[in-house]
Amino acid sequence: MSPSAADASASVGAIPIRITINGESHALQVEPWTTLLDLLRLHLDLTGTKKGCDHGQCGACTVLVDGKRINSCLTLAVMKDGSEVTTIEGLAQNGDLHPVQAAFVEYDAFQCGYCTPGQICSAVGLINEGHAQSREEIRELMSGNICRCGAYVNIVDAVEHAMAHRRQSPRNPEARS
Amino acid sequence: MLNAEHTQGAHVGAPRSRVDGRLKVTGAARYAAEFPADSLLHGVIVSSAVTRGKIKRIHTGDAKAQPGVVEVFTHENRPSTAWFDYKYRDETAPPGSPFRPLYDDEIQFSGQAIALVVAETFEAARAAAMLVRVEYTPADHATNLDLQLDEAYVPPKKRNGIKPPPKPRGDAEAAFAAAPVKLQNEYRVAIEHHNPMEPHATTVVWKGGGKLTIHDKTQGSQNSQSYVTNVFGLSADDVEVISPFVGGAFGSGLRPQHQLFLAVMAALQLERSVRVELTRDQTFTLGYRPCTIQQVSLAANRDGKLQSVMHNATAGTSRFEDYQEVVVNWSGLLYDSPNASFDYRLAKLDTYTPSDMRAPGATLGVFALEAAMDELSCELGMDPIELRLRNYADRDENDDKAFTSKELRACYRQGAERFGWSRRSSKPRSMREGRELIGMGMASGVWEAMMQKTAARATLTADGKLEIACATADIGTGTYTILAQIAADALGLPLERVSVKLGDSSLPKSPVEGGSWTAASAGSAVQAACDSVKQALLTAARGLEGSPLANVDLDRIVLRDGRAEVAAHSSAGLAIEDIMRGAGKQKLEAEESAAPSKTAMLTHVGYTHSAVFAEVRVDEELGVVRVTRIVNAVAAGKIINPKTARSQILGGVVMGIGMALEEETLVDHHLGRFMNHNLAEYHVPVNADIHDIDVLFVEEHDEMVSPIGVKGLGEIGIVGTAAAIANAIHHATGKRMRDLPITIDKIIGA
Ligand code: FES
Ligand code: FES
Repeated sequence: MSPSAADASASVGAIPIRITINGESHALQVEPWTTLLDLLRLHLDLTGTKKGCDHGQCGACTVLVDGKRINSCLTLAVMKDGSEVTTIEGLAQNGDLHPVQAAFVEYDAFQCGYCTPGQICSAVGLINEGHAQSREEIRELMSGNICRCGAYVNIVDAVEHAMAHRRQSPRNPEARS
Repeated sequence: MLNAEHTQGAHVGAPRSRVDGRLKVTGAARYAAEFPADSLLHGVIVSSAVTRGKIKRIHTGDAKAQPGVVEVFTHENRPSTAWFDYKYRDETAPPGSPFRPLYDDEIQFSGQAIALVVAETFEAARAAAMLVRVEYTPADHATNLDLQLDEAYVPPKKRNGIKPPPKPRGDAEAAFAAAPVKLQNEYRVAIEHHNPMEPHATTVVWKGGGKLTIHDKTQGSQNSQSYVTNVFGLSADDVEVISPFVGGAFGSGLRPQHQLFLAVMAALQLERSVRVELTRDQTFTLGYRPCTIQQVSLAANRDGKLQSVMHNATAGTSRFEDYQEVVVNWSGLLYDSPNASFDYRLAKLDTYTPSDMRAPGATLGVFALEAAMDELSCELGMDPIELRLRNYADRDENDDKAFTSKELRACYRQGAERFGWSRRSSKPRSMREGRELIGMGMASGVWEAMMQKTAARATLTADGKLEIACATADIGTGTYTILAQIAADALGLPLERVSVKLGDSSLPKSPVEGGSWTAASAGSAVQAACDSVKQALLTAARGLEGSPLANVDLDRIVLRDGRAEVAAHSSAGLAIEDIMRGAGKQKLEAEESAAPSKTAMLTHVGYTHSAVFAEVRVDEELGVVRVTRIVNAVAAGKIINPKTARSQILGGVVMGIGMALEEETLVDHHLGRFMNHNLAEYHVPVNADIHDIDVLFVEEHDEMVSPIGVKGLGEIGIVGTAAAIANAIHHATGKRMRDLPITIDKIIGA
């Protein structure tokens, strides 16, 4: 645990939680006002998850909680006691990029990269949901993730590609029963 | 595909995925607020609640008493910093007195930083910041440009690097009066904020003994470094700025921003590491694209030949600096007119100083000009492309210089073909599908192809790997990748053997990354440094005992696949590793700089051009506009990486769509305050707003504009986009929209 997490645990009113992040179980003492986003970025040094607005308006902080995409800035860490969180750092397996990550590189679906972890987690969540069937639907259902660099056309290409790949692939990397 | 990569010249001109892509998609790329430091303190800024006036009293006791709070800095207890204005003036500053955070009790604009609360945790600092109480003596403010037009003035001191309006030509007024076809209109563009996804942040790592490593959100590591050394009286040896990744900036990272000042101040005073991050709403207290009101008058003969062009603009600036950008000049060089006049003025407002935002000035001026040209084509009953061709400028009349190259005709032709312009019916309101009116519009775009003196270092090591180093930044532009491509080709290496270091003030000197000059400038410097290494390598190769290259002319030796070979037959040659070992070299290193050719620039000037085509669908009842298709045909010299180059244009187009339809920082003039300072109310395009965007690069050979023939792409994609959309909306609806953004209320109300 990082020194700052230890500090947090020392302060008044801290609440014990158990949370699994990228497959690793953590027993933590967190302040009731600490967001999941700040827990990740500030206390666990998982800075891949980004803060773009802290108000649920941009999607940069998107992570997967129990397979569902959420805005971690709008979520207090204590609310996720017992949950399984997957952040961008947890998507690649044994050094192999997740198909959505690989598609983002291949289709140049980012520029500065700051919205990218949120876009990728959102896309993984979107694919899990299974609602999007067309480019139009991908656009609509990815609209909670702002990309100020304007990589949208390439993001849709990347997500479409990853979706098709998933349908074709016999071993579905996302499948969690 | 891999085989092709291993031959000389394989990389430049070929689509390559970003070399920093893996770091970005795995979350491993660290941005300014993400660098760790031992016992890091967190600073949260308190912003002024009034727009103008004085701080009567500031009560920090309650905040200081909070657990975890270390210090609260205000103008009353801040450490002393440099006295003279010039110490605060960074390399991009406009003339004037730069803003000094916590300097005294004076409030100059709404949201001004007036205190910094520093605590052991971010949450403690944030909570304590709410307990700082301030009593103000408010003063009257002026934020409405319309009410300040009478006070507008020609800026007495020109901003460095910004061309003032050109001299008038002929008699524009008389020619206007005499011409048979004419129009005179006013165009407006609202204030826009850059809103990069990464809010501004600085992490200052206290290294002990007064040494600082600073991670700043900046487009210029050395610009931030010299600002810090000047303001705080530090030596350059003690301050290193390292910013390898920047989460977008679009100009907002050019000037050192106040969080840099505050974080350094606190770190020096407390002798600890400190991080200061702006909240999204605080980023609205930084620079912005200024509200600009323009008048364009065009007059032509019945054959469409322009007789008079008059372009005037008035833009807001702050009370304390004369921010300037090139707004009206484009009207003097895009088309040929014997008579022309220009005027550019500023008006003082009680806001922070505006700043460069993607294609500063050009987005505004070219919008007005290109919207006016569309109106003129309607007046004449002439196709908009035909009108532009009839007035095609073969020479830059502003500077009386030839263009280094100009393939704008090819942009019109190829863009029109790709778009299907011939399917456009000439009459407005003549295309419809269901309840949607369909419109097609076009516009030209132009941006200056600049180059700035830049240095780069190339280091070839004994293992045959090459490292490139330059202080410039990659803010998402693809600089890491194109520099790797240039270097790989120069030394005949596979891309994987090249690494690139950027965004570090200790690296070879570079100006700020901006103005679309980085590819041409840093790219040429890298080419020069690699050429020097290549010379040294080949010389070493020929000097080896029994070298198969011993008697071969240098120009007959090629570097490919990591080997030096005789051009004609690849069997005679040596691997780079063998040359290095044979010559007993651990490394071969060269630092070179590249600068624009002074002699070429006496007679020539370089511009990037584009032709943008837009298709819109307007719901007649609801006034909702969708931009269903954009084709942007760009002439920008050599394209090093078609993949990342396309992304640059896509990004510009998307921001252009935002400018046309959505982006507007609304001011409550009563309070003197920006009202929609968040991403829910300041609308930028989201995925659902963006449909098909097609980018094409026309062939353009230019050996004069920069040593590597590159013109740059960061700005050109946005220029002309808003005009093409406004023109398409007119074509769809018959309504002229001269006031950006074109929101639903304007369409319904017109
Ligand atoms: S940071 Fe959570 S939505 Fe923007
Ligand atoms: S890649 Fe920069 S914001 Fe999306």
